[in-house]
Parts: sequence; C-alpha cells; structure tokens
Amino acid sequence: MPEIELERYELFETPAYSFEPEQSDVLEMQRREFFKFLGGGLVLLLALDTRATAQESGRGPAFRGDARPPELAAWLHIAEDGSITVYTGKTEVGQNIRTSLAQAVAEELRTPIQSIRLVMADTDLTPYDLGTFGSRTTPLMAPQMKKVGAAAREALIDLAAEKWKLDRSSITVAAGVVKNNVTGEAVGLGELTRGQKLLRTISGAEAGAGSGVTPAAEWKLEGTSAAKLNALDMVTGAHRYTPDLTRPGMLYGRVLRPPAFNAKLASFDSKEASAIPDVVIMRDGDFAGAVALDEVTLGKAIGAIKAEWKTEPQPSNKELFTYLKEHPVTQSIAGEVGPGQLPIHGDIEQGLQAAAHQLEATYTVAYIAHVPLEPRSAVAEWNNGKLTVWTGTQRPWGVQGELAAAFKIPEDRVRVIVPDTGSAYGGKHTGEAAVEAARLAKAAGKPVKLIWSREEEFTWAYFRPAGLIEIRSGVSSDGLITAWEFHNYNSGPSAIETPYDIVNRTTQFHATESPLRQGSYRGLAATANHFARESHMDDLAAAVAMDPLEFRLKNLKNERLRAVLEAAAQKFGWGNSKSESSHGFGLACGVEKGGYVATCAEISIVTPEFLGAEVTPGPPTVKIERVVTAFECGAIVNPEHLRNQIEGAIVMGIGGALFEAVEFSNGRILNSRLSKYRVPRFSDLPVIETVLVDRKDLSSAGAGETPIVGLAPAVGNAIFHATGTRFRSLPMTPRGFVQPL
Amino acid sequence: MELVVNQKHYRLLVDPERRLLWVLRDELELTGAKYGCGEGQCGACTVLIDGAPIRSCITRASAVAGKQITTIEGLAQNGKLHALQEAFIEADAMQCGYCTPGMILSGVSLLKKTPQPSEPEIRRALEGNVCRCGTYPRIIRAVQIAGANSGVQHA
Repeated sequence: MPEIELERYELFETPAYSFEPEQSDVLEMQRREFFKFLGGGLVLLLALDTRATAQESGRGPAFRGDARPPELAAWLHIAEDGSITVYTGKTEVGQNIRTSLAQAVAEELRTPIQSIRLVMADTDLTPYDLGTFGSRTTPLMAPQMKKVGAAAREALIDLAAEKWKLDRSSITVAAGVVKNNVTGEAVGLGELTRGQKLLRTISGAEAGAGSGVTPAAEWKLEGTSAAKLNALDMVTGAHRYTPDLTRPGMLYGRVLRPPAFNAKLASFDSKEASAIPDVVIMRDGDFAGAVALDEVTLGKAIGAIKAEWKTEPQPSNKELFTYLKEHPVTQSIAGEVGPGQLPIHGDIEQGLQAAAHQLEATYTVAYIAHVPLEPRSAVAEWNNGKLTVWTGTQRPWGVQGELAAAFKIPEDRVRVIVPDTGSAYGGKHTGEAAVEAARLAKAAGKPVKLIWSREEEFTWAYFRPAGLIEIRSGVSSDGLITAWEFHNYNSGPSAIETPYDIVNRTTQFHATESPLRQGSYRGLAATANHFARESHMDDLAAAVAMDPLEFRLKNLKNERLRAVLEAAAQKFGWGNSKSESSHGFGLACGVEKGGYVATCAEISIVTPEFLGAEVTPGPPTVKIERVVTAFECGAIVNPEHLRNQIEGAIVMGIGGALFEAVEFSNGRILNSRLSKYRVPRFSDLPVIETVLVDRKDLSSAGAGETPIVGLAPAVGNAIFHATGTRFRSLPMTPRGFVQPL
Repeated sequence: MELVVNQKHYRLLVDPERRLLWVLRDELELTGAKYGCGEGQCGACTVLIDGAPIRSCITRASAVAGKQITTIEGLAQNGKLHALQEAFIEADAMQCGYCTPGMILSGVSLLKKTPQPSEPEIRRALEGNVCRCGTYPRIIRAVQIAGANSGVQHA
C-alpha cells in the first residue's frame, strides 16, 4: 500500500474568530480515569505503530491535557453480557464506514455483524483521529480494527484454554461463541470475562504479520454486502443528526452576516433588537449574533440590528482565470511542504520536435460548492467551564482544536461529538458553526443550536478550488506520445502526474491566491487534472486518427489501469457504432488514492423541439444517457456499498461536469440558493452500470472519491464524438450546448 | 391553532407566521422532516397533507391547521414499516440518509395514486427531491420494489 499523501487542500485552519477568555473558563477540571466507564469484561487496546499510522491515529507530543493514553490507535470492549463495542475516531457521513468497520471487527471476532456496536467520533470516548478524508478509512483504519478484533479473538482463546485446561488448538471461535472442540461445550464471547476486568494491550508492530488477521481470500463477512447498520433509523426518521438534537433549556442562535467577504464591522446598534422579549444580542469584535426562543423571533432580531460594514473591492468569476495566473503564491501555505513540482523527465523540446503533431490547450475548472443536504450546524453547551459541542464534521479533533483556540481554553475542556452526518464530500473539515454556536451559548448562558441557512452554506463554507490547466504535447504519427508538459494553477496536485508512459514529460503545480475560500472536495483536484489530461488524450488520438481506447492502451503499461479500461470498454460495447447521429461515446481512465477507474459515457444532444411545446426555446442541451464505470480498489469489502459509492460519484460528477459553478462578484456569492445553483436531480440520471474488479490479492483502498474523476472527461469526449466540439471548461454546458469561445 | 399530526391532535400557541417545518421540529420534536434549503427546492422537508406531499419549509403551520399531517414518524403502523420504508432498506437506497424521510414521503404519495409506477413516473414524481449523495437509481428501485410488493399483498 503506497503511503497516501495529504493534499494541500485538506483544510487545516485556525479559527476565524478569537474571543477574550473569562475567568470561569480557566477552572481546573478533574481528570478522568478513562476506561472506568466501560465496566467489566475484556478491554483490548491497540497501541500505535508509529511508523505506519502516526498521521492517522494517535497524536504527537504536543498533545496536552487528556487523561487517555495518547498512543492508542483503537480499542474494543467485550462486556460480560457479550456486547461488543468498538471505538473509532472516524466519522460516518454517508460513506457507510460504520458498516464496513463493523464488518472488519466482526470478521475477526467470528461473530454476526449485529453484535458489534461502533462508538464513533467523540473526542472524549474514542481514539484521536486526524480526520475522515482522503479515502483513508478503508486502507488505514480498517486494518487497525482487524488487528484489534483478531487480538481480542486470540485473548478469548487464551481465557478459554485456561478455563478448560485445554490446548489452544482445541478451541475455536465461530458464530459468536467460543467452542471447546473436545467436549463440544460452547460459551458466549462475554461469558469468559464474567466477574473480571481484563485489560490487554497489543502493539501495532507486533500485530502485523502472524497476528491472526484474516486474509481477504478467507473472508466470510467482509467481501459480502452487509446492509447499512443504522438504515432502520434513517427510514423511520429516528436518527438524530446534529440539527435534530435538543438540550434542556436550549435556545436557537444565528450569526449576523456581513454583506461581503472580508468585511469589517464599522458600526453596530442593537438597541431595537435587544428590546425584543427573550432575545440576547451579542457582539465580540467582528462577530455578532442573536439568540432567541424560535426561528421567527430570531429572524426579527437579526433584522433589527443596525450594522454598517466596511467592504473592499474583490475579483469576480469573470476575471477569475486571469487573476489566478497573475497572483502566484511563492510561500508554502496550509502545511504544504514544497511547490508541488515533479522533476522534468527527458527533454520536452526534443520530444515536441520529434512529434508529427503538436497540441497546446488550456482547460479551466470553476469553483463548485459541496451542497451537503445537512447544512453546517452545531449544538453547543457550556458546563462549569467545559464546552460540549455536537456538530457534523469530518475532523472532530480539528474542531476541538479550533474551539480551544477560539476560547483560549485547553483542549481537554472541549468535547466534540459527531452524530452520523448528513453528508460532507470534503466540505466539513472545519468547525465554523461549532465556534459560532459556542460563542452564542456563552453569551446566552444556555445551550444554543445553530443551523446554517442554505444561503450561509453556499457563502460561508469553502469551495472546491477553481483552476487553470495548460498542456503542451506532441504525438508521433504512429500514436506514441513524445512530449507532455502539464501546468496546474491553483486547482491542486492530486493525480496530477500522468499514468501514461511518456519519456519526455514535466508536471507542475503552481499555487496561486484564491479569490474565494477553498478547500477539500470529493476527489480534490483529481477531477480537474483528469478532465484536462483525458480530454487532451482524445485530442491527441484524433490528431493521429486513432481510436481513443486503442490510443490509450498503446501509451499505457500500468496493468491495473489497463484492466479497468478494458473491462469498462467491454461492458460498454466500445467500438459499436452509435444508434443515432445525435449521440456520442467517450471514455476516460485514471488512478488516484489506490483506486483504478475507467468510465465510458454515452451522451445525446437534445434540441428543445424534442421536449414539447411547453419548453421555451433555447440552445440544445447535453443529456448523459448511459455511464459504465469499471473500478478496482483491491479486495472489495462490501460490493453493494461500493456500487452505491460509484453510482453516487457518477451522479455528483454530472453536476461539476455540466452545470455547477459558483458565481461571485465583489466578495458576494451571486447564486447562493438551490433555485440558482443547479444540482443533479432524477431527470439528470443516466443509466449507470458498474463493473467491480475484485483483487483479493491486494489490500483494500478507499472508494468514496476516485470513481468521480473519469465522468467529466468521458462526457466531454462523448460530446466531442457527437458534435466535433471540444469543451475545455468545467462546467461544460451551464447554459446548454453553446459553442465555447 | 390545532394541528393533527400522525393522527394525534395538538393545541399550540405559536406565531402564525411560523413555517410548519419548524413547528414540527421545535415544538413537537418531530425531527424527521429536515431543513435543506428553505425555499421548497430540495424536498428534505416533505410531509404529507391529507396524503399529498408539501414542502413544510415554505408552508405556514396555520395554513394546514386541522388537516391530516403525516410525517415520517407516523408512517409505520402498529410497529410495522411501510412497504416503501422496507424497500429503502432492501435497495440500500441511501448513503447519509438526510434526504430519506422526504424521499419516502414523496414516494408514498406516488404509490398511493399509482401503485405500480413506471420509471419515468417515479422520476417525475420525485424530481423535486434532491439526494446529494446521488442514490437516485436505488431510490427508483426501492419505489419499484414497494410497488411490486404492494401488488402482491393486495392480490
């Protein structure tokens, strides 16, 4: 498993506000005896293998205050009644890791998945975790879960051997019981620990080879389509997302938003607003807000505040790409270590001279919004100087740090709890709503719930980075790429390197200033880089009059990528002639985060006449008719949930490919509502087929992100096939099929 | 005002300006209907009024006083899930689940009018409900499964 690098846009930010501390906050809290709450039974601790998992779990020496042993990666408790509880700092945001991680533990404990309970993402109860992003849960956390599960199983065999005075080899664990193979006696997993409190620790290193972790070829539960564990709660409305939580005496809060980014509060008059009964108005620097008993009163209170803001001129999306090129950033930001440049291989100029055809093209991608259906929200409660916040975030300890920094209190005074969350897609790395709710709760002296409006979500979150990509290339008359020069401005370095075999090549990422706040998004820049690269590949193929599939295979040695490309092409029926002249076929492929993807798309150009008389005349539109995706991510943990993720990535990818774009001017978002920002709906849905390539001989990689990267270029190539028109900007057809400039 | 929610009668003293969504959520603690957009565009707040789906985020509570309001919490009868709730589980028709209550209620209304809807009918009926996770193919399948199962039950 290659080490997965953190992307520059996996956001690590200091909080936007810094509040003045109060004396009561600095009271010393009693430290807890951490494992006391677990009760009797067997507790199994997995100590961190620092070499492998230092970034993922466990924190460095800077960690302060907490009573927990910081070097632990995971822990598991088998209670005397046989209930099994596993603790992980990962968050569930719809990617179904609550299920897949439970599968991992259940597999090792040879017990039904229903007997496993996962406690997730609670900074007081679960092991530290860097965050749930980058498709890292399956390759990095699941193996830890398996180690702790396997070690627990072995510990139970030890206990049974002692109890029955029997050799370990005569004892098996299966179907949720420990069995004496000599007498046939069987006991539940909890019974062996009755009346005892056992604590065992294994180290990550020793839990490596020979630890009894079950190889994929022998999986019984992993590799099967276990159903989503809390699906029942979702279909009955019983699950409580953050916005659904209540606390005794809780009030509702809202922030006074400036009219534009980077605005400063110049004057503030809350006399009228404060006169509204049961309303608390507060201001702390540029932060101001209101707390009330209900949302209507809250709206009136915010509306009654007389505030003047000092704003400054800011760029708009019209001049965005010129702006990016003209505003390079030389110093490192956001923890980035280098300029993102890869070495030059061979000689570009020589390669271009050797080419029969030279191509040069520029591609752009717009800022887009995550639009998680659950907007950022938080419930905050102060209790004797300790702050508890429930919020939907992918980085509970990151938000804990933000809160501690904002209120100038130690981190162990802050507890962050993340209920299973209404999606994130990389958009919930930060804790804005948590900080805001906590500040308002402090002012009100009561718990406060704060739910961002959709407009706030579209404006005050962060966006997928916009970017500009320039490619120069050359190809020989027999279809070998002789030169490849690739520059990405701002969008990001994810999957920036070409997987094709090109002797003369250079790939460079150029950091620039960004007019909008930007950060992580499903697949990060892999979407932009694949869009540019795979669109360009088709142009090269066209230059030498080769079939796009044949051209790719000719320049590609990577066997795993070739395998998905061929699998997708076969399922799609690549090479068949199209049924109608208005249709087109396109394909694209790529590698990212240990996942190999190939996407084939069929599109049609729909002219308004076909839609009937009710539709107002306008340009034709692009309809995606059919998408075939072949995906390989090593050994498949849960085939049905994998298909679900691939289908979801295809649907989400349609928005960014065809119509999603954030419009902005002078520090204001111009389309900050769902009625103005189009997201994919049922009518946009193509026929989606998936081909899963299962490699039980390879370790499992994550799958939530990479299936998105091939959609946009495959669709662009299909439009080119249908019309001869090449779209080099994402989104491609925000206002229908209009010839690009 | 008096609200009839899931066959229970509630007498409430609330600002008549308040939208049904927030009265359900904050006064009656029925949080199955979700806030998603506040302008009737995403369908996360869908509830049924006399069997027809409405967007509770843009509907005044006072406008539906006395009518039969059904929320996701009231869909199961005597501890038995509605066929569409079962079908959503069977088809894995969710990821984060935030859109699920609204989707199910829109689907229930469709199934009541059209017990075995075609795929285009399902798409049209659910066009106003957004699933940002993109589980649309599975939601279509779930509605089809529920339709097929209800056909079996009534046969």
